[in-house]
Amino acid sequence: MKTATSIESRGFVRFRTVFLIVFGLICLAPIAWMLLASFKTNIDIYDPSSTFSFSPTLKNYVSVFAQADFLQFFINSLVIGVGSTALSLLIGVPAAYSMQRFGMVKSSGMILLSRVIPHVTLLVPWYFIFASMRMVGGYSSLIISHMFIAVPLIVWVMIGVFEGVPEELEEAARVDGLTHIGAFRRIVVPLVVPGIATSSILSFIFSWNNFVFALVLSGNDTRTLPVAIFNFIGYASIDWGALMAACVSITAPMIVMALLGQKYVVAGMTAGAVKG
Amino acid sequence: MSTALTSRRRAPWQGFSDWANRHRKWVLATPAIVFVIALMVLPLLYTVVLSFTDAEGSIQRAFDFVWFENYLSILSDTERFWPAVWRTAIFTAVAVALEMTIGTAVALLLRRPFLGRGVIRVIMLLPLVATPVAVAMMWLLIFEPTVGFANQLLGWLGIPAQGWISDPSTALPTLMLVDVWQWTPMVILILLAGLVGLPEEQQEAARIDGASSWQRFWHVTLPMLKTTVIAALLLRSIDAMKTFDLLYVTKGTGGGSAHEVETLNIYAYALSFDYNEYGMAAALVLLYFLLIVIVLAVLTVRRKEAQR
Repeated sequence: MKTATSIESRGFVRFRTVFLIVFGLICLAPIAWMLLASFKTNIDIYDPSSTFSFSPTLKNYVSVFAQADFLQFFINSLVIGVGSTALSLLIGVPAAYSMQRFGMVKSSGMILLSRVIPHVTLLVPWYFIFASMRMVGGYSSLIISHMFIAVPLIVWVMIGVFEGVPEELEEAARVDGLTHIGAFRRIVVPLVVPGIATSSILSFIFSWNNFVFALVLSGNDTRTLPVAIFNFIGYASIDWGALMAACVSITAPMIVMALLGQKYVVAGMTAGAVKG
Repeated sequence: MSTALTSRRRAPWQGFSDWANRHRKWVLATPAIVFVIALMVLPLLYTVVLSFTDAEGSIQRAFDFVWFENYLSILSDTERFWPAVWRTAIFTAVAVALEMTIGTAVALLLRRPFLGRGVIRVIMLLPLVATPVAVAMMWLLIFEPTVGFANQLLGWLGIPAQGWISDPSTALPTLMLVDVWQWTPMVILILLAGLVGLPEEQQEAARIDGASSWQRFWHVTLPMLKTTVIAALLLRSIDAMKTFDLLYVTKGTGGGSAHEVETLNIYAYALSFDYNEYGMAAALVLLYFLLIVIVLAVLTVRRKEAQR
């Protein structure tokens, strides 16, 4: 700590302060603008003099949530996000454990490939396969498509996590008479709970934010929030106030999640990039 | 110690459980591997087959093999394909270059703990987790020519209003800026994670030797950070080449003649789902995927070299 302060000159600290304030403002301002607009009437949005001085109204939010559909879309996003995350954990965590413990990390190249492949490459075949199984428009095709992102993500994060759990701990437990499964459940699982939190949060965020899969695979009843707000535009004139209220409503849960699970989100976003 | 016990209550499933235990390496890994292969490798093979056919319209309709015709007509298409390749390359190169430069600078400023560092780190997360479709809508309003905040800001500075996204000549650069806004924090987070492990002794030694801060950055910090920098570059380049939500939501597939932000991804989507030219689309997405794999391979090799 002492050397750290001695490296930083007064000028550097001043420069840093100014630079970071500007940087922080640039990160925040657009989101603040969206938030402001969501509380404005369209008259205020179209009036340059009422940029910051206007009487806030909840009318946009009321009109968004008054549409019965919006709640349905909210539930759809929730069902698909929770469903795909839970199922992906179920197959992804054991796979990561096995790949890490039994030296299959190299063969997990398929994970990298699934990260690289443009989703539009898969959409046509998926669409036909799901259509032939009459799954288009149902939850199942959406959950499966979102799992395609979540499973590799979970495997990737969890391989790193299992690396941090020494095998000796498990061996000791086995010497003490636990079975493989017992050792896994009682010794390993408790130690990897933070890793599971990381991958669950990240997987849910990716599912919630995903647009293109639901754009192609959802039906009227299974539309997710991003597709729903996309359908807001395309009319002759845009109801900006309501649109921004809808955008705030869909983004807010993700922002709350990021604020509460800060540590986990950062861990997940940078997983694998540093050592890999 | 428990042989007597287990043999006494040996259940019918015990045989399976023994087998599963012996082969647990594969029992645990197989479901995930099969899942990903089924959803990726099989569709890719299907796409390869499609790319050799004249499939279009309804997929139930019979199609003929035309072999390399689709590839030839795409590669000779100077109206939409090559401009899309060009736009994808420009969008990726410019946006990622800006993200890497700004990202490295901010990461270095955030390297050591100080008051307010935590706040900045939380603020940075917001662009990363915000729903891309909502982000695109938000910027549409900000860049709206008559009521948008961007032109209001230019007005305060005495600069004439711009068309931004609505103007074909500035649409792509404007959307690059949005990409920079959204993804620079990712570069910062990755570099910060890389900086954590770096020893400070060399820094200190170089400083005592009279190296300027720029020299210390260029000759001491950057070489040590090289693999992390390439990792961030790799991740961002590939994702930037795949940008879809932002471009599609702000400009759609541009129907008619407005293709000013049509990258390979957007063109592939249009061919598949607007024109239903499945054979052609399949050939296009495979060429596009090949391009991404090449970029991935080049950067991965560079990274391996840097690690040595």
